[in-house]
Amino acid sequence: MDGDGEELTAQETALYDRQIRVWGADAQRRLSKAHVLVYGMKGTVAEFCKNIVLAGVGSLTLVDDRVATEEAFAANFLIPPDENVYSGKTLAELCCNSLKDFNPMVRVSVERGDLSIFDLEFFSKFDVVVVSCCSLSAKKLANDKCRKLSKRIAFYAVDCRDSCGEIFVDLQDYKYSKKKRDETIECDLKYPSLEDALSVPWSELPRRMSKLYFAMRVIEKFEEAEGRSAGEVSIADLSGVLKLKKELCTAQALNESRVPDALLERLVTNATEFPPVCAVIGGILGQEVIKSISAKGDPVKNFFFFDAFDGKGIIEDISSK
Amino acid sequence: MASSSVVKEAKVLMVGAGGIGCELLKTLALSGFPDIHIIDMDTIEVSNLNRQFLFRQYHVGQSKAKVARDAVLKFRPHINITPYHANVKDPEFNVDFFKQFNVVLNGLDNLDARRHVNRLCLAANVPLVESGTTGFLGQVTVHVKGRTECYECHPKPAPKTYPVCTITSTPSKFVHCIVWAKDLLFAKLFGDKNQDNDLNVRSSDAAASSENVEDVFERRKDEDIDQYRRKIFDHVFGYNIELALSNEETWKNRNRPKPIYSKDVLSDELTQQNGNLEKNYASDDELSVSAMVSLGMKNPQDIWSLRENSKIFIEALKLFFMKREKEIGHLSFDKDDQLAVEFVTAAANIRAASFGIPLHSLFEAKGIAGNIVHAVATTNAVIAGLIVIEAIKVLQNDMENYRMTYCLEHPSRKMLLMPVDPFEPNKSCYVCSETPLSLEINTNRSKLKDFVEKIVKAKLGMTLPLIMCASNLLYEAGDVEKDFIKIYEANLEKVLSELPTPVTGGTMLTVEDMLQEFVCNINIKHREEFDEEKEPDGMVLSGWTQPVSAVDNKDKSIGNGASTSNALVTAAESEKDDEIAIVSAVKKRKLLDDSDSSNAADEVKHHKQLQVIDDEDDLVLLDGEVDSFKKRRLS
Repeated sequence: MDGDGEELTAQETALYDRQIRVWGADAQRRLSKAHVLVYGMKGTVAEFCKNIVLAGVGSLTLVDDRVATEEAFAANFLIPPDENVYSGKTLAELCCNSLKDFNPMVRVSVERGDLSIFDLEFFSKFDVVVVSCCSLSAKKLANDKCRKLSKRIAFYAVDCRDSCGEIFVDLQDYKYSKKKRDETIECDLKYPSLEDALSVPWSELPRRMSKLYFAMRVIEKFEEAEGRSAGEVSIADLSGVLKLKKELCTAQALNESRVPDALLERLVTNATEFPPVCAVIGGILGQEVIKSISAKGDPVKNFFFFDAFDGKGIIEDISSK
Repeated sequence: MASSSVVKEAKVLMVGAGGIGCELLKTLALSGFPDIHIIDMDTIEVSNLNRQFLFRQYHVGQSKAKVARDAVLKFRPHINITPYHANVKDPEFNVDFFKQFNVVLNGLDNLDARRHVNRLCLAANVPLVESGTTGFLGQVTVHVKGRTECYECHPKPAPKTYPVCTITSTPSKFVHCIVWAKDLLFAKLFGDKNQDNDLNVRSSDAAASSENVEDVFERRKDEDIDQYRRKIFDHVFGYNIELALSNEETWKNRNRPKPIYSKDVLSDELTQQNGNLEKNYASDDELSVSAMVSLGMKNPQDIWSLRENSKIFIEALKLFFMKREKEIGHLSFDKDDQLAVEFVTAAANIRAASFGIPLHSLFEAKGIAGNIVHAVATTNAVIAGLIVIEAIKVLQNDMENYRMTYCLEHPSRKMLLMPVDPFEPNKSCYVCSETPLSLEINTNRSKLKDFVEKIVKAKLGMTLPLIMCASNLLYEAGDVEKDFIKIYEANLEKVLSELPTPVTGGTMLTVEDMLQEFVCNINIKHREEFDEEKEPDGMVLSGWTQPVSAVDNKDKSIGNGASTSNALVTAAESEKDDEIAIVSAVKKRKLLDDSDSSNAADEVKHHKQLQVIDDEDDLVLLDGEVDSFKKRRLS
């Protein structure tokens, strides 16, 4: 992914004029050579895909073998609601057709398969991997595979529930440049894996840690323990979730008030996505991926949280000391 | 979020179907808004396609509002979207029109339209959610009459202007050369011949009779084009510089510019070999005629040498006369006009070379000349999401939770999205608090016309004004009966003290805009003398703080054209040291777009004094200065 090489074409310069003015021609060239994989076509991911296709990445590969249902339309503008169009097609296929149309200069394609089954060779084709709608263990497995490869792959996990969203970022050993006044400074960040980040004891985390971090872990654990797929919770599960929260807080020596019941209630009551939050999270994620491809600007390390209730979009650094 | 019931009954108006607008329309539709009206006067351009994702190449030239509607109906066929391919300032969009909506959402690109919509929302008592983005920065604000500040409670930054002498004689930055090339030279050669033009200020000062000078720019009927273009080149880059140099006083503390003549930079054979005109004649599209194509130059990011700039200048001048002669005399600079951009880039660079200012690429020059504001899809998507979140709160009347939100490039206190309590209305705001203004003016010298142009239109932003003194009508714009037109026209030419109802010190004038249903009272104070430099209008409006750089008197300063960006930013310049206020532009709430600095500490410093909503509901300052700070929560 080096930024040198051929110049942008006149067509690219005309189309990308306004954004080249933001991140420069060099970053635009790097973008056009980057290959991105996304797994799980929910509304937030649809927003993200739109953003990076518009930005002009080299290629985008979509994986989601689920067959389209009415529920999938809820926050996903890439799926036409016409049964004649969607019947029999997978979510990835439907989204692919819409995305191709957004920018003819980006190759958008579909792969079939399960995230846990893809091998190292498969992952090695990509520079960026974004996963959603899957279990915690599948996320960890994919993250580990990305880390095993000699080339550096930027890994992101994203999840939205009700009016809340979370992004996890693993850029491994990441070098980038940023400008300060007239100087360009080289920076170096070391990211923990998802496994390592999540194993940081709660008691070691700063007092002001986002409540959403804990709440998402409780729900994640609940789904894992009950053998549910991601997002498969309802208000009927509230008592079970609250019980688990108590246990986790006790085990981790965390004051229970740091994981408000009301927040957990919101998260289980409405597991479907809220479109404005998809737009916010998909926008921030798009921005982060563009930053990491172009190696320009401070990236998020290593969690981002947004809750429409308080309107704050917060970065948390969760790594062992 | 328990939003469905209010959303399902809501009728919303969106103003603007551009960068923010496309994202907003999509998010509104997905969120279940059933009835959306959308106004946009623009048509689609190629440079929109990188972020306005509802549009395709084959839509170029079509109405944004209409194409956006059709695109969204493809994934949400059962909602109502009503498009208007029109200017929001058109009379059809009056107060009654606005009253039918539960909330108005702005995704606009200019100050003028924003002020207009603000007034209509106040008059119709409809809440307004306002937004703007530039690059990675953005903001969303909520304006509810009587509860939060209105869009005009604090003055906005005005487009930057430059003293005439800096532009005509002593440029020190590249932008000065661009303004000279665009507003003076380009306008002189290709624009309206009757328009005042300061291009020759220096030379006429220095003896040459102005008639003689006019002749230089006028191409005589049978004058050879090669001769003509060399004459222009030598006149503006050689002779005019020599004239300027003759004024020794000017150069005492400045570097002396170097005159540049065509014979020094262009070899003789050029005249014969340059220009592959056939290539250009092959095309029918006037906007695709290009000196770069003629000369085989491809990369707009390259910085051309003085010689290359001179070749482009000479070639572009020829192309205008050979290929676009019909337009000469009524052209104005357009950033999408390739040949115009080439001409201005080359002219600015040659002038820059003369004055020892670093040269710039066409890409950079185009950005400066066109006041192009940086724009990316991601920021617009985030801002659109935040607009819908605020709109839902407004529909729920959830006043306690209204927020202004800033989207930042570098985190501040760990936040990339920073919500802040909205401000209360400014009690002395002339727009929402109807506080009288006062105007110092020489009532024996200033005409009613001056008052209408310089105050009512330029400062108060009125479109269709009506002026009354006591209960007597002095002036009314728009559809007026014939008899009255004559009276009003006569009044415009009268000085204030000689009007049928004399306006003198102590008089109160009432100014009203029928369309905006906005009334404003102005107390007149007579004043004999004004400082020509500091008060070029010859009148001073107070009672509302005027933007620092809002000197818009043509005689004294030159601006860099109107911003057509999709941002709140009006002072959109590409100079590193320029401030860009993305916040409501109150001084104390200014964010700096320090595009070359990614130092988080710097950024924190820049938006100190913002009120931050914190976890524990306490207030935390980003930086000291507690005194200047007061918690103003909504009650």
